[in-house]
Amino acid sequence: MTTSLSTSRGFLFGAMTGRATVITLGLILGAAVLVPVLNALPDGSPFKVPTYTVSLFGKYLCYALLALAVDLVWGYCGILSLGHGAFFALGGYAMGMYLMRQIGDRGVYGHPVLPDFMVFLNWKELPWYWYGFDNFAFAMLMVALVPGILAFAFGWFAFRSRVTGVYLSIITQAMTYALLLAFFRNDMGFGGNNGLTDFRDLLGFDLRSDGVRRGLFIASALALALGYIACRFVTTSRLGKVLIAVRDAESRSRFMGYRVEHYKVFVFTLSAVLAGIAGALYVPQVGIINPGEFAPINSIEIVIWVALGGRGYLFGAIFGALAVNIAKSYFTVAFPEIWLFFLGALFVLTTLFLPKGCAGLLSILKFPGLGTGMGFARKKEAGND
Amino acid sequence: MTRIPTPVMQATAVPAEAPFDISPGAPTMAAGSLLYLDNVSVSFDGFRAINKLSMIIKPGEMRAIIGPNGAGKTTMMDIITGKTRPDEGDVIYQGKVDLTKHDEAAIANMGIGRKFQKPTVFESHSVYDNLLLALKQDRRVFPMLFRLPSKDEQTRIDELLALTRLGDLRETVAGSLSHGQKQWLEIGMLLAQDPQLLLIDEPAAGMTDAETEETAKLLKDIAQTHSVVVVEHDMDFIRSLGVRVTVLHEGSVLAEGSLDQVSANQRVVEVYLGR
Ligand SMILES: Nc1ncnc2c1ncn2[C@@H]1O[C@H](COP(=O)(O)OP(=O)(O)OP(=O)(O)O)[C@@H](O)[C@H]1O
Ligand SMILES: [Mg+2]
Repeated sequence: MTTSLSTSRGFLFGAMTGRATVITLGLILGAAVLVPVLNALPDGSPFKVPTYTVSLFGKYLCYALLALAVDLVWGYCGILSLGHGAFFALGGYAMGMYLMRQIGDRGVYGHPVLPDFMVFLNWKELPWYWYGFDNFAFAMLMVALVPGILAFAFGWFAFRSRVTGVYLSIITQAMTYALLLAFFRNDMGFGGNNGLTDFRDLLGFDLRSDGVRRGLFIASALALALGYIACRFVTTSRLGKVLIAVRDAESRSRFMGYRVEHYKVFVFTLSAVLAGIAGALYVPQVGIINPGEFAPINSIEIVIWVALGGRGYLFGAIFGALAVNIAKSYFTVAFPEIWLFFLGALFVLTTLFLPKGCAGLLSILKFPGLGTGMGFARKKEAGND
Repeated sequence: MTRIPTPVMQATAVPAEAPFDISPGAPTMAAGSLLYLDNVSVSFDGFRAINKLSMIIKPGEMRAIIGPNGAGKTTMMDIITGKTRPDEGDVIYQGKVDLTKHDEAAIANMGIGRKFQKPTVFESHSVYDNLLLALKQDRRVFPMLFRLPSKDEQTRIDELLALTRLGDLRETVAGSLSHGQKQWLEIGMLLAQDPQLLLIDEPAAGMTDAETEETAKLLKDIAQTHSVVVVEHDMDFIRSLGVRVTVLHEGSVLAEGSLDQVSANQRVVEVYLGR
């Protein structure tokens, strides 16, 4: 993934993120080892990390992967998607369907096949689209395929019709809102308002056990690390340079012979798949998936994480998601009524004073001292972005 | 004075070559031409920006286009490059391809490169990367994902850097180049595309006299091996090119010939040069 870097030191953020890549991956993988180890310590140990915290941070790692997905399309290709929550939720539902099927006949109604809510609705048999979800591999395939196919179809129509800018953002909001309404309906067959919950097992192991919780944390960290590497590979490849070219001067890229719509569809689909994987890992850790995950506001929040962390810096997106959500956990307990104001204020302040987010600030502060020979000032005066 | 329907010279001016006699709709005219515009019109909200425009560019030719602001010069390039679809008329490339049926990317890949009036480079990429992206290559998504820079590409980029005098600025972010350097980089990017036909919109705009002179030299060099259509307001620049000139006015050809010939044209003086 660093192959093309050597010849392209001028590549946006190139040298900086070379180091950032190593640090980011180190931190993620370090957490993947350390947190489960600390959780396995005996009760009473001062270093013991409670299982609750493991899952909480596992959830944040999923958000970080989601933020990464949004940064890939927004930061590198200029596609401001305000609908990524939908891909996240679809991945979550696919995982939820598998977990529902894992319950088997242990539901409240004891039906051997049908999930409780279907029995409650007097359904006699499993809808066709629930077939196969008792198979883990199939379900995991759907985790990637369903968001991927939706994004491909959506992107195909939107990008081919050259819908861009605020119009694109609006239709992505409409997409997630339409899905919200659809999933609320009982006859959609996804549990309506209540969604899917009361999960028991994952691959036959008790979902509430510490071991599975640790496993899910490790899986989330690995997914984030792999997602990060995939995004690094894409953004540092020659294709990544085209994405940035499209972001900065779309029509110029067209007149150069690039099929902009193909590039956008590719990156939008890849991003949706990453979001779907994030959703799938999220659901077993929070124990529920319901239509609320499609709420348009969720998708807007993801964009705020990325903006705060630093649009166009992959590690910035990860940092933004973690920082905002850790702050959120604290604030919603300590001062529940001001959280949204706080988040709003933070967003406005970053937009005004830190257009490149925290990562941008870091690179301004660090660059002169690093002596990499790539003056940040020179880039700054370019006034790009 | 009546409107001149076809792009022939005014009677007073004696053309150096036989005047083009474009008879609209004659398919034979397209044969052997590189670019053939026939009776092209386009309107924006009822305003005819291009009005029954006909023109022929021969292979290897360099042509200068002049005309007052709003004459339709940029719009003509928009039509050739697929950005704007004409309401009527044909745009035939290499005597066989109807460009009005293709989009920007397809037309670019057929070998038509374009430099914009306002210099447009990829501001957050280095000069090197701007040229790398411009290089003629398989531009499909997956090949681009895996392609590494080759020796040939490096050599070609070095040549282009030398040609456009940007060698020392190889790693500089394009957004921080001066206006003139951006113009040159964009010309370098055009050459990197290795097009057959270059459409160049106001290359000397915003340049110093010295830079303008250099640019004229560069274009003349380029014209040795490429067909070039260049739009420019700067008469000294046009004069130094020493090529056939087409005068556009209100979306159609007003006159065509050497610069001296069109300068002597009464109508041209009225609408453009005399102002
Ligand atoms: N997309 C558009 N929508 C509406 N009007 C347009 C559009 N493009 C061009 N025009 C109009 O068409 C006319 C021709 O414009 P064009 O840009 O081709 O002129 P030009 O000859 O390039 O002028 P200049 O020398 O100023 O660059 C102008 O009056 C312009 O306002
Ligand atoms: Mg113009």
